[in-house]
Amino acid sequence: MIAFLIRRLLQAIAVMAVVALCAFFMFQFVGDPVNQMVGEDATNEDREYLREQLGLNDPIPVQFANFAIKAAQGDFGVSYQHKRKVSILILERMPATLELAVTAAIIAALLGVPAGVYTGLRRFGFTSKLIMTLSLVGISLPTFLIGILLIYLFAVILGWLPSFGRGEVVKLGTWETNYLSVSGLKSIILPAVTLGLFQMTFIMRLIRSEMLEVLRADFIKFARARGLPNRLVHYGHALKNTLVPVITIIGLQLGSLIAFAIITETVFQWPGMGQLFLQAVQVVDIPIMAAYLILIAFFFVVINLIVDMLYYVVDPRLRVDLPSGGGHG
Amino acid sequence: MSNSNEQPLLSVRNLRIEFPTRRGDLVAVDDISFDIAPGEILGVVGESGAGKSLTGAAIIGLLEPPGRIAQGEILLEGRRIDNLPYEEIRAIRGRQIGAIFQDPLTSLNPLYSVSRQLIETIRTHLPLNERQARDRALELLEEVGIPGASERIDHYPHQFSGGMRQRVVIALALCAEPRLIIADEPTTALDVSIQAQIISLLKRLCHEHGTAVMLVTHDMGVIAEAADRVAVMYSGRIAEIGPVQEVVRAAKHPYTHGLMGSIPHIGHHVDQLTQIQGSMPRLQEIPPGCAFNPRCENVTDRCRVERPNLQAAAHSEVACHLFDAPRDNSQMEARAGE
Repeated sequence: MIAFLIRRLLQAIAVMAVVALCAFFMFQFVGDPVNQMVGEDATNEDREYLREQLGLNDPIPVQFANFAIKAAQGDFGVSYQHKRKVSILILERMPATLELAVTAAIIAALLGVPAGVYTGLRRFGFTSKLIMTLSLVGISLPTFLIGILLIYLFAVILGWLPSFGRGEVVKLGTWETNYLSVSGLKSIILPAVTLGLFQMTFIMRLIRSEMLEVLRADFIKFARARGLPNRLVHYGHALKNTLVPVITIIGLQLGSLIAFAIITETVFQWPGMGQLFLQAVQVVDIPIMAAYLILIAFFFVVINLIVDMLYYVVDPRLRVDLPSGGGHG
Repeated sequence: MSNSNEQPLLSVRNLRIEFPTRRGDLVAVDDISFDIAPGEILGVVGESGAGKSLTGAAIIGLLEPPGRIAQGEILLEGRRIDNLPYEEIRAIRGRQIGAIFQDPLTSLNPLYSVSRQLIETIRTHLPLNERQARDRALELLEEVGIPGASERIDHYPHQFSGGMRQRVVIALALCAEPRLIIADEPTTALDVSIQAQIISLLKRLCHEHGTAVMLVTHDMGVIAEAADRVAVMYSGRIAEIGPVQEVVRAAKHPYTHGLMGSIPHIGHHVDQLTQIQGSMPRLQEIPPGCAFNPRCENVTDRCRVERPNLQAAAHSEVACHLFDAPRDNSQMEARAGE
């Protein structure tokens, strides 16, 4: 287990280094940062001075080392557009995106898992067929369209929920949360459902097909032959055996929820990292783009690491250091 | 026929199992009847597809759809169990009829420890608390001969060898002291050296507990070793049923005869084992008359049109026209003229 963890950590560091390299080369190839920072009337001496200040005259490996070391400390420089530290800009926006993504993931898992088990158990039932047909809608409709439809129905026609923004947020230290005010909770429902719908149908279909597979297994037949009640067979033996692939997918999907919240954030005017990133793209604000790229990669790496460790919790066959017959301790 | 104190433990009457398909129903088990007495080991042999496993599955109510019991009844101690609601047959499974399946590698849930699987089974059927159930689980593991049972009880299935896993499976089947165990090919997936151990373990435990066994296998050696009586199945019907000595030593049905001829014997030197020509017909191609007639050396015209029924012959029963009433003995000679 320890050796495995160390191996995975080394891999994670390697992945992050490659991503940092990509981010670094954005600075090299997307225009000259100096041109965007100084005014039109700047002299060549001013430019040269700024260049020296920014370290742009150093050899490229040295520049990259400096960039990587600073990035590892959370310092991504100053935004061209906002003239503020990128790390602070992102930290301000991060709670909105993380809360949106986590809420979406929870909705997706809470509805997707039971629906998947149900449709797996009663594959020929009317309700199952109805759910499966509806899930096609969730899979095939693009996010922005679902968002607009939801806004039209719940905000415009019914007027139950707000159509944009985070509503009132409560400050916990530097973290602004939606979870502690009624208006905040109401505001997060529509964007979270929009963002989570695809994941929900995805999880449901995955669990369904895994259940169909596992229910054919000999140990399920044997569990029935032992006279175990259906509740134990279905939710204990069968569901637990579907978990390894399901955890993998939910983990990866959580990463993409964070990364691809951009569209949902745009539709709902959600003040998260996605919006910050889109604005940065429009004005070629490279420090923000680079920081966003590295941050998303970091989330993916961390989530993957957690998923890998969850395998150990779920599947005893992977725990190689368990003593076998008292042989090795 | 049988008086009340000789009531069979299990009685299968005219059982017929069908699989509906688009081109009509396939009959996988056709009108079979047999009894199992308390404590008796009944061997059921036949080739793959003869319907032996399906019969076992039907008895414990685990026939997989679309397969269904189309006709007949199954009685456990005189009580009909083939038409019970799901929850009632579930309460019988494990409690009164245990089951052992072919592959111990796949019969156990890989994610649950052995103790958890034993305890959940015990507590499903017996009014014991966690502690008592665990004690019983440990006793069972010791009884089936797991060395160091107290240390190994919390291990996971993958930490046991194939033979040890099959012992765990047997312990699981014995959890609630069932009166009958359906053992479906219990040794087929095991090493030959382990097979004999498992069979003698099963035989000993059932003898000690007074448990009857329906031992489904295609291995005549296993039958000869363990069974009291044997039923030979062919194409969904019983070809011959009788005491194991008589069926092995004096097989009557030509098919049984062929099966016995295909067993090698130590000490008897033979250059070539006999084999039965051809193969068992597929379900949709079962010929009229006796299903074995295309492969039978003693086939007569009658065999091609009239289906033989089980009838007494010495201590056995056999479904073959050769053993019809004495007037038909001449047919043995008559077929030579063809």
